[in-house]
Amino acid sequence: MKKFYGIAMLMAATALAFAAPPQMPLFHFENFTTANGLPDNHVFAVLVDGDRVWAGTENGLAVYENHAWKTYTTADGLAHRAVLSLALDKRTGDVWAGTMGGLSRISGGRIDSYTQLTSGLSNDVVYGVSVEGENVWVATAAGGCRLNLHTGQWSLYNERNTPMSEIWAYSVAATPSKVYYAVWGSGLLEYDQRTGRWDKYDDPDGENEMVLFKDQGLIHEIVTSVSYVDNIVWVATYFGNSRYDGRYWHNFLTKDSGLPSNFTNAVKGIDGKRAWFCTDKGLAYYDGVNWAVYRPSLTDGKPEMTVRDAQGTVSPIAVTTAPAHNYILGIDFQGSDIWVATAKGLSHGILQREP
Amino acid sequence: MNSRRRVHLGAVMAAGAAVLLLILLWSVIDRPARAAAGNAEDYASPLELLFSPDGTRLYVLCNQSNEVRVLDAASYSLIKTVAVGRAPRGFSLSPDGTRLFVTNSWDDTLSIIDTQTLAVVATWPVGAEPSSVVEDRGGTRLFVANRISGDVAVLAAQTGEEEKRLLAGRGASYITPSPDGSKLYVTHVYPNPHAHTTQQGNRLTPESEITVIDTARAVVVERIPLPRIAGVFHTAFSADGRLGVVAEVHPKNLVPLAHVEHGWALANTLTVFGADVGRPVEVPLDELERYASNPFDVVIAPDKSHIYVTHGGSEIVTVVDVQRLLHFIHTHPGSFAQDLSASANYVVARIPVGHNPRGAALTRDGSKLFVANRLEDTISVIDTRANRVASTITLEGPKTLSAVRRGEQTFYTARYSFQGHYGCASCHIDSTFDGLTWDLEPDGFGRDIVDNRNLEDIKDTEPYKWNGGNPNIPMECGPRTEKYFWRSENYDNLTLAALSTYVRSLPARPNRWRQASGELTAAQERGKAIFERGKDKFGNPIAVANRCSYCHSGPKGTSQKSFDVGTLKATDHASPLDTPQLTNIVLAPPYLHDGSARTLEEIWTVFNPNDKHGRTNDLTKDELNDLIEYLRTR
Repeated sequence: MKKFYGIAMLMAATALAFAAPPQMPLFHFENFTTANGLPDNHVFAVLVDGDRVWAGTENGLAVYENHAWKTYTTADGLAHRAVLSLALDKRTGDVWAGTMGGLSRISGGRIDSYTQLTSGLSNDVVYGVSVEGENVWVATAAGGCRLNLHTGQWSLYNERNTPMSEIWAYSVAATPSKVYYAVWGSGLLEYDQRTGRWDKYDDPDGENEMVLFKDQGLIHEIVTSVSYVDNIVWVATYFGNSRYDGRYWHNFLTKDSGLPSNFTNAVKGIDGKRAWFCTDKGLAYYDGVNWAVYRPSLTDGKPEMTVRDAQGTVSPIAVTTAPAHNYILGIDFQGSDIWVATAKGLSHGILQREP
Repeated sequence: MNSRRRVHLGAVMAAGAAVLLLILLWSVIDRPARAAAGNAEDYASPLELLFSPDGTRLYVLCNQSNEVRVLDAASYSLIKTVAVGRAPRGFSLSPDGTRLFVTNSWDDTLSIIDTQTLAVVATWPVGAEPSSVVEDRGGTRLFVANRISGDVAVLAAQTGEEEKRLLAGRGASYITPSPDGSKLYVTHVYPNPHAHTTQQGNRLTPESEITVIDTARAVVVERIPLPRIAGVFHTAFSADGRLGVVAEVHPKNLVPLAHVEHGWALANTLTVFGADVGRPVEVPLDELERYASNPFDVVIAPDKSHIYVTHGGSEIVTVVDVQRLLHFIHTHPGSFAQDLSASANYVVARIPVGHNPRGAALTRDGSKLFVANRLEDTISVIDTRANRVASTITLEGPKTLSAVRRGEQTFYTARYSFQGHYGCASCHIDSTFDGLTWDLEPDGFGRDIVDNRNLEDIKDTEPYKWNGGNPNIPMECGPRTEKYFWRSENYDNLTLAALSTYVRSLPARPNRWRQASGELTAAQERGKAIFERGKDKFGNPIAVANRCSYCHSGPKGTSQKSFDVGTLKATDHASPLDTPQLTNIVLAPPYLHDGSARTLEEIWTVFNPNDKHGRTNDLTKDELNDLIEYLRTR
């Protein structure tokens, strides 16, 4: 009996060891660079609006439609050639572009721009923008702003009227209930739309680079990106990532997750369980249990995909394509496809296999 | 003193005496005339016309009496008068004809009239200064153009609940559906703001657009550019949808207006677009030596034979032969908007009508064109086969003309200017402003550029003109206007007195930034404190003359004195500048005497480096925003 039990255990262990890795989405990546129509290879932001794809680059705002690129520049009224962030007003189809020189609204081909000299915008360096209802929320190098499109009123949010101790706002996510600001060096700010009150989430370890209290709060003060979906806050920092459900925090670090790097430029939640992480060492997808990483190999540049299961087992997946570069800056979704902004081009991930 | 100087001095004294006499006359006429005028709303002032779908009724939108009058389309007898909100500006029927929607531009509401009972069944709040309204074919959505916010509100057609707003041109005012209802074409009365500045500051040719909205998706799908256009009014389509026409004004504001004798200070044009044309083409309506001032409404005959254009300034209807127009366009590729001889190729008639003709409507068979003569309370009925007025419908109202009414007629007519070029209202659209800067003086190109100031509530804000050179309205409207603008004919004393009375009577539009309670918001309150402060943020006293509230004192925000606020340019003849009143200042960019500040913010972020225009350089951005929030309430 003991012998049979032992054999069974051995078989089970072998089966586990050789079990196929969990199925994760598999993409064929088509990459766009200056060689095939992009105005610049540094792509800071990407935004999908139906059949149109907008790319915020270092040298203009490009839009891909009907298999062709068109670029808007300062000559068209764009506030600055370097486009750092994009947001879609889903009701009107207007696109808002945060640039290094102000905020631009692209509406039916017309561009209206707002700068710190011509409007109430707090600062011309616009790292983030988000549209909710009649309000456009903006993250700038001098705090946050809200433009009311009906009244034209600008409201500024900074160290004088919020718990923001630093005013380098990197990203904003606005919803009808909550607005979150990712603040570089000042944690995560939460604005309650109903009460008009601000709250702040900090790293309980302070500004230490060590993680003394895992899952006790925000992973780090240097917050780069925030996404709020299904009442779940996904937070990216330069030192790991966090998920907050309103009561409990869960943090993600390379040492105990499938993240390829703790240095994360952006996060985008699909729902409360799944999210995409844009890191300096590749694009990562988390399905609530397993992880997948997509990138050119860090050693030889060849296309690479790995899957990490719940036990931490990492398996390579054979692929022939990868995002244009490891340094990932943004992502958006077009049905089951993904569009990825990287430091060396824009990548269209065409889904080949459902998870 | 030599004889020439004596003559000159004599002429000056005579002119001064004449002006003094005018002022006295005007002050005498003013009070009793205004008293006699009673309420300006007594006049109907028909602005727009509509036929019921079966053609049996004529709906007349009465802009000053705040009514819709319903006439029998055959007998012209009054069926009913329906009271609506203040200053109704636009109206339209639901596609099934059961509901009549009216935009009340001063109440920010929409009146819904049941066309069976001819009663207002609902009044819905809408955006700021709603100016026209259209319901989609399915009866699910209403589209309302808001002049102040420059957008089109999308409302649920059954409840009035606002779904969203679509960005349109500045001063969005007129919506026209395509014949199949799939698209809406929206025009706007003020030019769009410029994105750029040049070596001449923001002195660029104006730009406007036709905003095209996909009705089913309720999104903007196209913006048809209207280069060099400022002031765009109604649009019309041929029944087959292949030909679109829009009435507009083409200002030439970059060269001295005193060159009016050389022609074409303001061209009055149509832009023609659609499949029949290809790329949009701008065509002049003026003639070589006679202008067709202030085109407003445009109608295309059901058989697409003719286009009819009303001209509020010239008091005529222009008739364009469509085939000849299209032939001319196709045989003259490119722009010929500046060729005033072109109109002879396609304009076939000019039909004189009443004072300030505005809205027009054709009978279903196209045999009669009805034209609303706004400042005459009449409707001209034109026989379109003979191209002449066959009869005139007189609307009920005061039988005598008050001084205000006569002044308003003078304000809107172009008859006094050289070759009937323009009237006061050509640049003061609907008695406000045009959003342009002008080169008025004959002192060389690009010198003494002036922003066109808003006329709202200008009574008792003298002196007038940016250099404060005109001590009162009769001087501003009389000798100055006659010399620099009309260059052709002067007013007689009674006419000038009436015009001055009208200009003095112009009210301020309701301020949309003040709360109904009258209390200021927290931001406005903070801004008010900055406006009135006597010390800067460092505790240093601010010189009395350098406080906002010193120069911009009093209920209208002007001390009526002149100051140098550091904004004069090398191209300006040096002089202190008149302090402009602040009434509805937020509505009328650009700012400063020469319009160099595109926004209120730029007054201080760009054009006040030395704190000469008030002490402001100690303010944070939040505080400057607060100050502007307060100014919006003025």
